[in-house]
Amino acid sequence: MKLTGDKIFKISATIIATSALAILLITGYTLAVGSVPVIQKFGLNFFFGQQWNPIEGKEVFNILPYVLGTLATSGIALLIGVPLSLGIAVFLVEMAPKSLSVPISYLVELLSAVPSVIYGLWGLFIFQFWMRDYIQIPLTKYLGWIPLFSSSQSSLNIFTAGAILAIMIIPTIASISKEVISAVPNSIREGAYSIGATKWEVIHRWVLSYGRSGIFGAIILGLGRAVGETMAVAMLIGNAIGPVAMPISLFQPGQTMASLIANGFLDTTRGSLASSTYIGVGLTLLFISLIINVGAHVVMTRVFKVKGGAVE
Amino acid sequence: MMTTSSIAKEENISQLKPLQQETICPTAKMQAINVDAWFGQKQILKTVSLTVKPNTVTAIIGPSGCGKSTFLRCFNRMHELVPNSKMTGKILLDGKNIYDRQMDPVQIRRRVGMVFQKPNPFPTMNIYDNVAAGLRLTGAKKDTNLDDIVKRSLEQATLWDEVKDDLKKPGTSISGGQQQRLCIARAIALQPEVILMDEPCSALDPIATAKIEKLVIELKQDYAVVIVTHNMQQASRVSDYTAFMYLGELVEFDETSKIFENPKNKLTEKYITGEFG
Repeated sequence: MKLTGDKIFKISATIIATSALAILLITGYTLAVGSVPVIQKFGLNFFFGQQWNPIEGKEVFNILPYVLGTLATSGIALLIGVPLSLGIAVFLVEMAPKSLSVPISYLVELLSAVPSVIYGLWGLFIFQFWMRDYIQIPLTKYLGWIPLFSSSQSSLNIFTAGAILAIMIIPTIASISKEVISAVPNSIREGAYSIGATKWEVIHRWVLSYGRSGIFGAIILGLGRAVGETMAVAMLIGNAIGPVAMPISLFQPGQTMASLIANGFLDTTRGSLASSTYIGVGLTLLFISLIINVGAHVVMTRVFKVKGGAVE
Repeated sequence: MMTTSSIAKEENISQLKPLQQETICPTAKMQAINVDAWFGQKQILKTVSLTVKPNTVTAIIGPSGCGKSTFLRCFNRMHELVPNSKMTGKILLDGKNIYDRQMDPVQIRRRVGMVFQKPNPFPTMNIYDNVAAGLRLTGAKKDTNLDDIVKRSLEQATLWDEVKDDLKKPGTSISGGQQQRLCIARAIALQPEVILMDEPCSALDPIATAKIEKLVIELKQDYAVVIVTHNMQQASRVSDYTAFMYLGELVEFDETSKIFENPKNKLTEKYITGEFG
């Protein structure tokens, strides 16, 4: 059989395309193999226990606080980041004159080019004190009796990390939502105006409703970034360990899966139970990320009934 | 000192400028008085005046780009939604200028409904909600019986029998002609006083067009209808009055029969005999 140029191209393209899947499978497989020792030792407690003790001979590694910490910081990031991002996107498409919308959308996208360690640095030296003075102190003073707002000494805490994550996911959600909103046909806006809708009604009843599946996708991408974001969170979350890391108050030091790995992996020796623990945390993080993405896909196709890009 | 070119320009303008009309017609439902409109620097309408009588169909004809759609969109203040658009002059609705500062464009658009060139039912809403959408907006009366109004509007748009079992289906699931009648029902549901139609049949097949035309004639029992069309036969079939526009100006406006049988202006004659356009 003669190898023509077309065939060579076809084979090499197939190999390259398959390698994406292969990388995911290999990563998943090695993480699974690497985490066998720790899961064998602690069983389900590895996922649902809270204890943490690295002292040799008394080792206990349970990761529930960090799983919940990841969910808490990501949740805070979405709560703060989604309304801001949608506001930016709506403003850029529906309100801003072109002389304003072009530079602003450029700047918003530039936000995503800022390395995460710089957000961490800024958060460490400046942002955490703003959060402490304007949010943490007032809220704990007046609402401190609610466990969610109970007081803590440190402003390196779950809320500060979540707020920084919010800033970090804004470019993703805002720029995709902007594209989605720009793609809403003008005829829909005109139809809505023609039956006496105000600008606000046109935006929230027609434009956002028409673009909801795309906006949902944008939010999921933002969530994906928030879940996996490591450096800035590791610098700002306070790095609590063990049962005290269980996220109960917004203003307590916590820990996410990603920050736990970033903070701890250097101290472990290869093949130790601790290293197996970090691999297990990595496996869990990968698994949760996959669930978010697969779940988002299911929601988009089932709930919104997206077919060929159009909403039915 | 005037250069020759600027003199020529002056003459040009005075030649083109039609008589300014200021008399207010008391029997008019709507009346446009000396309307000029621009997109950016480009002037689209040049001192256009037109009277729309109640319970009539007024057709606006003219070649593409003559400004007829822009003119129509001035009647419900849709023109101003386009960035960089500008408009001067008056448009009266029951004798009141809709461009007065105390007039709310949202209320104007509820009184002067509009049907667009391409059917544009709301894709995220089902047929029922498409018709009810305007009534559900703020400013609609709370005690309205939606079911009745939706049924009556769809009946009036001669669509009820075709969709009565499919009210929960998306507005975009029906045929193009049905979609356009759905858009007419959507406009009717607000019980407007005037209905503007911007080439409502240009995206439709002949059978659907015939249905819409029949409907337009029926609609004038309750509303004043202004229809923009590039189809002269359509204008002669459905309208009582016809306005011929050319290059942003209103060349001639009269009863449809007079425009088509005995046009006063040479340009009108040339256009309706198909010499250009």
